[in-house]
Amino acid sequence: MAVIHDMIPDFELYQPESLDGALEVLDRHRDTAWVLAGGMDTFDWFKDRVKRPEAVVDLGAIPELSGISETDGGIEIGAMTPLTEVVENELVRERYSILAEAAETVATPQIRNQGTLGGNLVQDTRCWYYRAGWPCYRAGGNICYADTPESMNREHCIFDASRCVAVTPSDTAPALIALDAEMVIRGRRGERTVAAEDFFVGPAIDITRMTVLQPNEVLQSVRIPDTWAGADFYFEKVRDRNAWDFPLVNVASAMRVEDGVVQDCRLSVGAVSPVPLRMDRCEELLRGQKISEDIATRIAELGVIGAKPLRHNGYKVPLMRNLIRRAIRGQAPV
Amino acid sequence: MEIVQRATNPWGQDVLLGIDWSLFWIALIAGGVFLILHLALRRRWIGEEKKAAANAPDDPGLPQKIQRHSLASRLFHAVMGISMILLLITGFLPKVGLQFAWLEIHWITGLILTASIVFHIIHATFFQSLKNVWIGLSDLGDMMREMRKAVTGGEAPAKPGKYPAAQKMFHHAATLAGMAAIITGILMMWRIEQPLWAQDDYAFFGDGGWGWVYVLHGVGGVVLVTLTVAHVYFAILPEKRWMTWSMILGWIDRKDYLRHHDPAKWPVTGGK
Repeated sequence: MAVIHDMIPDFELYQPESLDGALEVLDRHRDTAWVLAGGMDTFDWFKDRVKRPEAVVDLGAIPELSGISETDGGIEIGAMTPLTEVVENELVRERYSILAEAAETVATPQIRNQGTLGGNLVQDTRCWYYRAGWPCYRAGGNICYADTPESMNREHCIFDASRCVAVTPSDTAPALIALDAEMVIRGRRGERTVAAEDFFVGPAIDITRMTVLQPNEVLQSVRIPDTWAGADFYFEKVRDRNAWDFPLVNVASAMRVEDGVVQDCRLSVGAVSPVPLRMDRCEELLRGQKISEDIATRIAELGVIGAKPLRHNGYKVPLMRNLIRRAIRGQAPV
Repeated sequence: MEIVQRATNPWGQDVLLGIDWSLFWIALIAGGVFLILHLALRRRWIGEEKKAAANAPDDPGLPQKIQRHSLASRLFHAVMGISMILLLITGFLPKVGLQFAWLEIHWITGLILTASIVFHIIHATFFQSLKNVWIGLSDLGDMMREMRKAVTGGEAPAKPGKYPAAQKMFHHAATLAGMAAIITGILMMWRIEQPLWAQDDYAFFGDGGWGWVYVLHGVGGVVLVTLTVAHVYFAILPEKRWMTWSMILGWIDRKDYLRHHDPAKWPVTGGK
């Protein structure tokens, strides 16, 4: 089992001052490189001596990766923007308050000062078997230690398990999916954009990665369109300790409601699947409906169809059902 | 380069995880090297073969089309071939960087292949002659003569019965590698969620035993990569196409029969 050490293994530290410089180093080192953002995920791995990269590329000195700016069709947030800045930014609070709310639930104020939006999205799963350095599927092995009869798996997934049952722990991801955000990815060959819901990769497709990012790519920024600016939002995160913890389940919704009738909506749930789930079927059913307790209950019921709880996480099914119901009911006129 | 991947399990034991995936490239390169060597050597005897083909013996007393493969055999071969290609694609492409949801396609195709092999075993045992694929001492001698002829020239081996010695060897190599992959693949289905039986990661073996299962599955897979490259190569070689067509149409031309087979070892039983 991994033991926290005071000293971390040796590596070459690169602190490029431009994104092109960072990409050049990443391209050179490929699989043996590690991208360092705020370090909140990274230093656990290094101190546990589970990850031993040859080269660490610190993005902290690259100005183009930081900051929040208004664009033609919305806003763009640099991936290295600290979560505290996302929480406190006026534009975000005014137009996309759901993102500010979600970011505010991440960890503690100290961690939000240091942790970045990009880091929160790209961070690795918190499955303790995997993080202990054991040779599970995600680590290149041939077993999931979290899915045996004796496993402690209360924080693991209830949907879309494919050998691995770990979940993405991001709080900002469901909010960005609800906002129809786009992830801007930069590589040596240029820029590509990916919808937030397609940014995450489940174990059925790639069991060793959490996102579509290739080893020689960097998440540059997040673009949020005007589409949902100022909509009715709802975000809620349930965790073991309200002061500081990863989500057991979180839910994010954005709705346009007129006279109590849902004109359009987006709904996303996190920590129930290896990727943040966009609840398409629920959205479809909700559009055109007058919000009521009955509708919220029926749609929440639909949302948990197909859930396959593990030995210790059956509680996630009613929890998810209730959070979806609250997300819908939360939009109802008082 | 390592041949196998190892790791330390939660109980501090050094266990096998499976083969090193670079073996896939080695298997592919081995297949490529084999076909380049064969192509280079082929230039030495292809002229002679063409001459022999032009002067091939004939026997108007025999049917024009001589049956070589029954419909059941051909259908089995088609199902097995498609399954095998799909299994290699779904098994190896994700390991070399092309990511897609492969697992379900892989195990379902594996079950189809298993069913087709079970059919083949029953069909070959009770409805065909096992003697046709049996390798005897004379086959080994023929094989040696064939290789000597390919490399240094010299005496050609005697005409074979239904299958030449090399084809029998290929069959048995594919059988060994295929059975290793199939048996271990079925065992590995206990380690994934599927509708046939409950997942049980510690059924049958501990971590050490499971490591060997994964290694054997991988070894079977990479050997099949090389064999598939060789098989596809021979299937498209112009001088071997009569055999390829026979696997599609079921019959061979009388001239090919007389040129490539010994009627005493493989008497005509059907044709038109």
